[in-house]
Amino acid sequence: MKNTFIGASIERREDLRFLRGRGTYVDDLQVPGLLYAVILRSSVAHGRLRSIDTSGALKIEGVHAVITAKDMTSKDYPSGVPIVPMRLQPLPEFQPYEQPVIAHQKVRYVGEPIAVVLASSVAVGEDALEQIAVEIDELPAVATWQVASENRSVLFEATGTNRSLTFEARKGNADAAFKEAPYTRRERMRTGRHYGLTMEPRGVMAEWDATNNKLTVSGAAKVPFFNRRILAKQIGLPESAIEMIENDVGGGYGARGEFYPEDFLIPFAAMHVNRPVKWIEDRRENLMAMNHARETEAELEIACQRDGTILALRGEVHTDMGAYMRTNGAVGARNAPQFVTGPYRCPHHKVDSHLWMTNKTPVGTYRGPGRFEGSFYMERLLDMVAADLGIDRVELRRRNLIGKAEHPYKLATAQPTNAHDQTDSGDYEATLDRCLKEFDYADVSKLGGKLIDGRYHGIGVSCFIEGGAAGPKESARLEVNDDGTIMVYMGTASVGQGVETIYAQIAADALEVPIDRIRHVYHGSTGIVSDGYGAYHSRSVVMGGSAVLDATQKFMALLRQAAGKRLGCDESKITLDVDKVIGDGVSLPLKEFVGLTAEGAFLNHKHTYSYGTHAAHITVDARLGQIEIVDYVVVQDVGRAINPLTVRGQVIGSLVQGLGGAVLEDLKYDAQGQFLTGSLADYLLPTASDFPNLRCFVTEDHPSPINPLGAKGAGEGGIVAAGGCMANAVANALQSFGVQPRDLPLSPSAIWQLVQDARKQ
Amino acid sequence: MATKFEVNGKPVEVEVEPRLTLADCLRHHLRLTGTHVGCEHGVCGACTVLVDGRAVRSCLMLAVQADGAKVVTVEGLSHDEGLTPLQTSFRKHHALQCGFCTPGMITTAHALLSEEPDCDADRVREVLSGNLCRCTGYISIVEAVLDARAAYKKAVP
Amino acid sequence: MKLPPFEYACPTSVAEAVALLAGHDGDAKPLAGGQSLVPMLAFRVASPSLLVDLRKLEELRQIKITQDGVVLGAMVRWRDILEDVRLAKAHPLLVAAVEHVAHYQIRNRGTVGGSMAHADPAAEMPGIAVTCDAQIGVVGKAGSRVIAAGDFFQGPLMTALGADEIITEIRLPAWPGKRRFGFQEFARRRGDFAMAAAAVFYDDDSGTARNAHVGVIGVGDRPMRLPSVEAILNGQKINEAVIAKAEAAASAAVDPRDDIHASGAYRKALVGVMVERALKAAAT
Repeated sequence: MKNTFIGASIERREDLRFLRGRGTYVDDLQVPGLLYAVILRSSVAHGRLRSIDTSGALKIEGVHAVITAKDMTSKDYPSGVPIVPMRLQPLPEFQPYEQPVIAHQKVRYVGEPIAVVLASSVAVGEDALEQIAVEIDELPAVATWQVASENRSVLFEATGTNRSLTFEARKGNADAAFKEAPYTRRERMRTGRHYGLTMEPRGVMAEWDATNNKLTVSGAAKVPFFNRRILAKQIGLPESAIEMIENDVGGGYGARGEFYPEDFLIPFAAMHVNRPVKWIEDRRENLMAMNHARETEAELEIACQRDGTILALRGEVHTDMGAYMRTNGAVGARNAPQFVTGPYRCPHHKVDSHLWMTNKTPVGTYRGPGRFEGSFYMERLLDMVAADLGIDRVELRRRNLIGKAEHPYKLATAQPTNAHDQTDSGDYEATLDRCLKEFDYADVSKLGGKLIDGRYHGIGVSCFIEGGAAGPKESARLEVNDDGTIMVYMGTASVGQGVETIYAQIAADALEVPIDRIRHVYHGSTGIVSDGYGAYHSRSVVMGGSAVLDATQKFMALLRQAAGKRLGCDESKITLDVDKVIGDGVSLPLKEFVGLTAEGAFLNHKHTYSYGTHAAHITVDARLGQIEIVDYVVVQDVGRAINPLTVRGQVIGSLVQGLGGAVLEDLKYDAQGQFLTGSLADYLLPTASDFPNLRCFVTEDHPSPINPLGAKGAGEGGIVAAGGCMANAVANALQSFGVQPRDLPLSPSAIWQLVQDARKQ
Repeated sequence: MATKFEVNGKPVEVEVEPRLTLADCLRHHLRLTGTHVGCEHGVCGACTVLVDGRAVRSCLMLAVQADGAKVVTVEGLSHDEGLTPLQTSFRKHHALQCGFCTPGMITTAHALLSEEPDCDADRVREVLSGNLCRCTGYISIVEAVLDARAAYKKAVP
Repeated sequence: MKLPPFEYACPTSVAEAVALLAGHDGDAKPLAGGQSLVPMLAFRVASPSLLVDLRKLEELRQIKITQDGVVLGAMVRWRDILEDVRLAKAHPLLVAAVEHVAHYQIRNRGTVGGSMAHADPAAEMPGIAVTCDAQIGVVGKAGSRVIAAGDFFQGPLMTALGADEIITEIRLPAWPGKRRFGFQEFARRRGDFAMAAAAVFYDDDSGTARNAHVGVIGVGDRPMRLPSVEAILNGQKINEAVIAKAEAAASAAVDPRDDIHASGAYRKALVGVMVERALKAAAT
């Protein structure tokens, strides 16, 4: 296999349509007879749903129907209303907390769907919402995990508790280690609620062909095959009757593409009225209906030797799960206790994570789920430990980084899911050193704590690992076109990461043909491969790319077999040369084999671990609480970069998301569970002027041993370490005040308050 | 209400409710879906179009307000084949990932560069601060716009 | 977030506009740039039955500069102000404030009249109007009248405008050459509404400050002048000690509430810093 394209910064094919406004996102789709769905959502956080009177809405011209729970009569569910099952960690304990596709009996969060209006236009549908009369007997709202833990107001009477589960992450014997430890430190810290807001809100379009019993759903993303399985069961159709189509997708970050209530409601509506139905989420909805994430509070203790060697970590994490257990809601809650130690050696580990149900938007994954939170806790602790023990912060990290020779290093095991994990390969110290060098740490660190021109300078350093390449499988298929070019069909999905280009690079190199012989890469839709999985856990390159390799091998085997027969020569003599199949002096154009198709797969049960280091140089105006980034460097080893241009895009893009979570983004509720950040003027995203001085360096020093490409999933490393790095930089800057940030986000008001509080002491 | 205006150099006439925004008119009545809707309250900039040469948020303009105006969308800033210098620069610098904010970025950058081909990085960042991107982190977008200045400088007599 | 239904009119004269507003029983709203009103419609927190588009009222688009001061027609857009080179001399404080208004695309459409009528407590133009003793020219069915800026803003999103009235112009008094001024704003991100901002000016009478004006936004339900701070400045040489007193007095004079972006205590301290920095800028 040549490497002409793999490793090259090939410009992306998908750009040709995106740059000209020729992308096709779900709201760009139109079909004849389309009805528009508008969803009535609860404005009450917790209550008993007494009645819904839709008669006023039905009187409005252009309103076709209004759907409520009454219209759902599925025999597979006790109440007739289907439930959205969990996809990951689907433990029996979680079942009572799964969400019905529409509210009935109770509402449990502001934003919960209560009714679906079908109308001739979205505007008319919204007019109709105002005419629907809903009676809800309000119940006391549970707006924080602390209130949840009192169990005085309970979301799910059937279980009588707001704690859906506790995960236990264990390794060795932490209690024993703490008994012997010469030094310990305990801290309480918090990460604020924020989420993977996508610039394109969600959308679903469903078309029901009653004659042929075929349901077509557009707007799929991330895990279309899983979602089809869920929908089939809920709606009472065989999977083969449903096609999920992935168009262009305006970002995912873990949040888009999971199965949401609307993914049932819209297909159900289409079948119910026998008309195509389209729903496009507006931004106000998106803020309260797309999965929230990251709200945790931890009390953690670290035990060390006097020389800073970490002995043990112990403590509790409380995760605010929102009102229901979403398809992947447990992931972050399990990752936080399990992976809190990050790239650091920690022989004894005992961290519990309690999952609390609250009357808020349900929680799902957001890039680096649980790892952003865990890194913040660990990195803050390490800086505090360094100060206590009089050890240089960088030296402390160096001492504790998992060594090159220690891979695979076993991480803590999480129960009750018996989740084992281990690192794969890498020299974590090398990326630390590279980062320090690029950052000019030797000089810049001298500025730490200094007040220059009214601003305090602060430096932070943090190290991370990023788990990627979740298995168990991915599929890819190759097929010859009538013009002799080759199509690639993927089971993975596109969320904007450039897969159409990257898979073309891999296929072209594997087949040793010019890249333009790969005409197009199709992705995500269920009709194109037999068994696809999707885009999550930074797996597209490793799982999808390795599946492409397998598919090319199977394709060549099939081609050789077919060509051998037609050319009358031994299979082993057959080669593919651009657009010709050659054997023993004779040749045929590849287009003669139109329709030849082979599917490949990659099976995998281990994770890749991309790794690296962040370093930040900030200045703080202590009177405003305002942070400016002077320089921020990320060094990340990705094993193998298929396309360095796109890898860099992932690192910087995820870094800015991390900085948003560290400083700007905060989803807020009041004590009655009322949602307060209902617009983009309230929920603050990073803009072009906020974080201008970011640099990244991607290395490929330690390919992953667990896949033929040697690649590691690399979409999340930029985000994981950002919170801890920034918080440490703030602490370093304001050390003369004795400021110790323990909460994210670090808004100006929060930083100012830390300074005031420190002054009082 | 009957509303007549020009889009991408062609005259159009639409019959619309006053409450229809220019963004929705372009997307649904004129089927120019390159202009995207990301927030509908004037913050994200995905809906940016040019109206009489100026970059505006089309979600904050009523279609009826465009009566008599010259509107240019991302489609009007593109060739049928190939890419413009600005688009080429975006592609070269990987200044887009999911592509959803991209039409707004292209339109805004084009307006800025047409008016100020000598703008510096700070000015580019200031102007683009009204266009949200969630994928790229902006660094590559600013690089792309700066790199495209040369093409606009040549255009200025 | 589609807009609620409304009727639409696009009059060609101020009189016609007023007649339309007057004829709708308080349920019609003027539409200027739409940058504040349309989002309110999108969130359905406003639902007027008629929008009266002022875009054809060409007579409201002028910026007139005379020896009496600057007159901004109500339909003057932010961009027009930033592009009018005369204003650098004629009213540099206005220009300094407008540079902070929103974003590029919004500045191409948003108008001074619209901002004044919307009366967001954290908006720059109302702050400048109050600080500079602006006079607001208004026309309604009873005829025209002039409202002093200090009387114009009555609360968050509330003004002295009647339902039948539109702003025609904002008059800023003449700006003497020897005037010292400063404008300081702090917002979460560039272009966001101010968390707090201060506009200050005083006339320099051989090193002594006279006619001091200190106005703040973002720390109350409307823009306000701070007479207690002005009293500290008037008749004084503006040195570090005086500035420190002014900062303390500014913080003491306001009582902002907690909100999702900041605590009241923070804004209270912040406005003091804004006044302090504005005074320091004025002195240089």
